[in-house]
Amino acid sequence: MFNTASSAPVATPSSGARKARLTSNQRPKWLVPAVGVASIVVGAALSALVGFNVALWAVFAAVLFLVAATLAVSLVEGPRNGADSLVTYLVYTAFVLAVVPLISVIWTVLANGLPGLNANLLLTSMNGVTGATDNAAVAGEAPVLGGAYHAIVGTVSITFWATLMSVPIGLLTAIYLVEYSKGAWLGRSITFFVDVMTGIPSIVAGLFAAALFGLLFGPSTRFGFVAAVALTVLMIPTVVKNTEEMLKIVPNELREASYALGVRKWRTITKVVIPTAISGIASGVTLAIARVIGETAPLLVTAGFATSINWNSFSGWMTTLPTYIYYQILTPTSPTNPDPSLQRAWAAALILIVIVMLLNLIARLVARAFAPKTAGR
Amino acid sequence: MSKRIDVDNLNVYYGDFLAVEDVKMGIDARSVTAFIGPSGCGKSTFLRTLNRMHEVIPGARAEGQVLLDGEDLYGPGVDPVVVRSMIGMVFQRPNPFPTMSIRDNVLAGVKLNSKRISRGDADALVESSLQGANLWNEVKDRLDKPGSGLSGGQQQRLCIARAIAVKPDVILMDEPASALDPISTLAIEDLINELKQDYTVVIVTHNMQQASRISDRTAFFNIQGTGKPGKLIEYGPTSEIFSNPKQQQTEDYVSGRFG
Repeated sequence: MFNTASSAPVATPSSGARKARLTSNQRPKWLVPAVGVASIVVGAALSALVGFNVALWAVFAAVLFLVAATLAVSLVEGPRNGADSLVTYLVYTAFVLAVVPLISVIWTVLANGLPGLNANLLLTSMNGVTGATDNAAVAGEAPVLGGAYHAIVGTVSITFWATLMSVPIGLLTAIYLVEYSKGAWLGRSITFFVDVMTGIPSIVAGLFAAALFGLLFGPSTRFGFVAAVALTVLMIPTVVKNTEEMLKIVPNELREASYALGVRKWRTITKVVIPTAISGIASGVTLAIARVIGETAPLLVTAGFATSINWNSFSGWMTTLPTYIYYQILTPTSPTNPDPSLQRAWAAALILIVIVMLLNLIARLVARAFAPKTAGR
Repeated sequence: MSKRIDVDNLNVYYGDFLAVEDVKMGIDARSVTAFIGPSGCGKSTFLRTLNRMHEVIPGARAEGQVLLDGEDLYGPGVDPVVVRSMIGMVFQRPNPFPTMSIRDNVLAGVKLNSKRISRGDADALVESSLQGANLWNEVKDRLDKPGSGLSGGQQQRLCIARAIAVKPDVILMDEPASALDPISTLAIEDLINELKQDYTVVIVTHNMQQASRISDRTAFFNIQGTGKPGKLIEYGPTSEIFSNPKQQQTEDYVSGRFG
């Protein structure tokens, strides 16, 4: 080692040559943008050959850019940087591919839903709205009547009951798994069954709730609470899994610190472990709500379908936003003039998306509000 | 306030594995006792058995006697929670509760047990504990700020304040200064010297200078090889252990000729 080091001709090349070595093999700043512009132009030409449309243009441009940019960079900077830029641009492409459907969905719902979104839609139900009303609206003799107020009420109350049932069960299950089971067979089997539950198709959960209440109260018993039970089956595994992860990342040192102060185990859990993890738990619960609030299939078989406002989850059929959208599109109020129904369905879809986005926002705010404070040094 | 500890025939197991074998030692009240030895020799494990904190580790158990002023910690019907409120512990890495303010961290031992305490008493307890941990002057203006905003050395002294706020008889310290810079280490060492007026202090350390600076008696633990149990090799006054050890192993270790 030492021999080669001392005998090798390290002996100072001129300082100019050394500078050149440090900065050589760097691509000029314009290279990648230039390749990008070129691929867009060539992509346009190629797609024009096949029969021009925007999607084809984008695909051709992206593929050309990936190949050309990789080649250009590897020619200038060597194969390692070439591979680096190939993967970088692949990741960007994947990001665009993931975001395009999202933007497209939001755009479609906004474009179709905004015209129908008015006070009438938010504050009235479909009670008394018939095909004749819609026909009159299409003929221009009356405004579009009927709204989704009863569906908003149904969504809120069913989701409320589902949350009220699944959060305590899920939270306590997770606490048992992380703090008490210590890998015993009961804990392992609970974990296994929770994993199985995660994979239950939502219609099966709906059929379970329908069958359960059918046994208790006679066949085709349908009211809001039955749907809440179905949603609980879907929500519990999400809450358990998320809370489990959150409790696991609470450092053991904090538990030990608490034990070393002579604090009992359950007090350590309620006063140290849960407060430390509460922000993650709360945002996880909110995301679980956002997950089940859009369920359609289990609600069709458990809550029935209503056109009037029903605040009571324990008697009478109930409509939620997803089932409202489903029925408005599938069986328009006026079969000859489906446009008012479509308009109501899109507006209801917009409301649903807004509710879910608000829940996500609340989850972030909750997480921030509860997060352990680190400032103040 | 301060009690002595007598350990007799103590074996510590992790599952079937014997981790520490047959320890016998008496720890005087109002003194500092240091445990030294190579990594993995069982000194931290043994320290944890002195307040039953090893039971938190799955599979760990101890056999033998640990007497706190004559009362067996492992006797039938002894509640480990009570043991831990009498024998406090400070850990290697400072671990203030991140959700609590400095004040609440100090009061944690009281509040987490839901003992009722008047505001005046609480203020007095916070001040005396922080004074006792030499931290009062640095934090008295920001008691409501989070404890995790302090520097590492301050956090460790906050943990010591938290430990002495429950008024234990004994304080165990598991390498309390090994994650700290020299200045913070000095602050902790000065603090240990003061704590010995009121408490029995037992400290595990890898730093032999630290052991010789602060401790009255030193215990040297060693291990014959991986898979073998750790043993107490020599226990005596610190000056004797460092200047005139009886065992060849101890001499090799303290003079740096180990292994």
